[in-house]
Amino acid sequence: MKRFRRLFEKFIEGILLSSSTITSLTVILIVLFLFREGLGIFNRSPLEHNFIIAVSKQNPVQDLSSDQLKAIFNQDITNWSQVGGKNDSIILFTVNDITNYFTEEELGASLEYLPQKLNEFIVSHPGALMHISDKNLPSDFQGHTIHVKNISVKDFLFGKQWYPTSEPIPSFGIWPMIIGTFLVTLGALLIALPLGLATALFLAEVADIRLRNIVKPLVELLAGIPSVVYGFFGLIVIVPMVQSTFKLDVGETVLAGSLVLGIMALPTIVTIAEDALRTTPRSLKEASLALGATRWQTLRRVTIPYAKSGISAAIILGIGRAIGETMAVLMVTGNASNVPHSFLVPARTLPATIAAELGEAPYGGLHFKALFALGIVLFLFTIMINLTVAYVRNKERK
Amino acid sequence: MIQAEAKNVNFYYGDFHALKDISMTFEPSSVTALIGPSGCGKSTFLRLFNRMNELIGNTRLEGLVTVDGKNIYDKDVQVDEIRKRIGMVFQKPNPFPKSIFENVAYGLRVNGINKKSILDEVVESSLKKAALWEEVKDNLKKSAMALSGGQQQRLCIARALAVEPHLLLMDEPASALDPISTAKVEDLIFELKKQYTIIIVTHNLQQAGRISDYTGFFYLGSLIEHDKTQKMFLNPADERTQSYITGRFG
Repeated sequence: MKRFRRLFEKFIEGILLSSSTITSLTVILIVLFLFREGLGIFNRSPLEHNFIIAVSKQNPVQDLSSDQLKAIFNQDITNWSQVGGKNDSIILFTVNDITNYFTEEELGASLEYLPQKLNEFIVSHPGALMHISDKNLPSDFQGHTIHVKNISVKDFLFGKQWYPTSEPIPSFGIWPMIIGTFLVTLGALLIALPLGLATALFLAEVADIRLRNIVKPLVELLAGIPSVVYGFFGLIVIVPMVQSTFKLDVGETVLAGSLVLGIMALPTIVTIAEDALRTTPRSLKEASLALGATRWQTLRRVTIPYAKSGISAAIILGIGRAIGETMAVLMVTGNASNVPHSFLVPARTLPATIAAELGEAPYGGLHFKALFALGIVLFLFTIMINLTVAYVRNKERK
Repeated sequence: MIQAEAKNVNFYYGDFHALKDISMTFEPSSVTALIGPSGCGKSTFLRLFNRMNELIGNTRLEGLVTVDGKNIYDKDVQVDEIRKRIGMVFQKPNPFPKSIFENVAYGLRVNGINKKSILDEVVESSLKKAALWEEVKDNLKKSAMALSGGQQQRLCIARALAVEPHLLLMDEPASALDPISTAKVEDLIFELKKQYTIIIVTHNLQQAGRISDYTGFFYLGSLIEHDKTQKMFLNPADERTQSYITGRFG
């Protein structure tokens, strides 16, 4: 009997161990996956798979950056001398242009002479810049391929253009999203902090116990409403309200996102701050009151300082809630990928971008990897927030 | 002359009748000990004198409580003004998580006194009165939480003295302390009674005998007997006092 019980305890221990192993492994694998996919965008050419840029053998230009290529395709740069080559105008050429130079007979019925004609073209046009698939390249190609520089982390973080599907060179600059996320979060905090902290103070110090027992569960209930419902509410109520109040052309703005997020962050801030305020020992409050301090003086000089780190944690967790929120923001901020310069223009946030675009990004492609890289940025933001909370809480314990 | 008085006081926590028709007077510069078994109402009675019972909801008071001849429950009385004149020391040392200096200065600061020279002076004199000055004078900026339990309690006494109260309420001030710290606090009370009227709740009968001039024995919400301490301990009038003092219950 005793042996059986010991065996049984070993068995339970095994289950606990394996559960925790599975949990930790899952977390680690997800993070690894995120980084593997996301970092992929930085160590490959920004051209779509199989496509290359080629020029004549006489052309001394060896490599170009994505920005230079974009400028060339937009015809902002029209001469090779602008990118370090000879003084010769650039002739843009893609496969679709081939019929401008050769007849269909010359190319053959199933384009079997295409590689050969590409060779002829590059020899006869020293100023050409070809954007072609390497499948069409002849084995004895007379030109040389241009090395297109990888997207740098700096371009990714601080680039102002987000055109993930533009041809031939997409733009992956997430600065508008970083600023969008920052502004929406900042606005949400400006709304939620005064309201949330005041509510917490009211519930912890002013309200009598019966009122508190009604209001606090109500506020906590706010946290349980699915975010898509908040988004819907925002779309139907807040967006038109913002539009008519500020006489805007569109109501889907940073402000609308901030309002919705502010409401969503309230339960977090109220609950945690109120709990923190209530941890202040009664003996300290009594000591203060017994010395003739008024209730407000006691609150300001004893209760709030005592609960300071808990209140900070509430604020930071509120930020975390706002930064990571996806659905509601996606529905009310208008999702324009420009850098917002005020609260009354549309913007998009990091999580909303991922949610909106992942469905249409081809698996494993550049766009796909770029969205994962967005995920990494978001992950780093939230991990920073969580570490700050841990730090603040730790300080509280000391 | 009478410093503080309770007249026909009844007190209720909700339906619970906690104090039953209690009348008691306190003379200036005297120490009165309130004794009795747990739950007898002595702490509740003590807390009537600085209206601390009001912090708990759903209570009711009948009768008259006066300090310096003024009914402290009058409608026109500001409760924080009353509390400034009545110091209180609690059962467990409860210094604020601030520096030693700021703990003592707290009562002045909430009164709007922030002048450094006044604060310095009051902090020093209060700490001296509480017999703590010599131990902490070089570390006034140190956190009060770093002091020992006995030092913390004397700091709390200094904090109460800093606002120059007329009446000092002590709710088992030595019950959480070791014997040496207890002795120090008792010596201190002996010193303080020259200047202050002190009401002290205690579980410790020897302590009541050592430090008090008068003793009130509470039992089940009633004041059974109130007399000179010597008389109470040597020749109590009531049989229940006799039983309690000789340790037959409690």
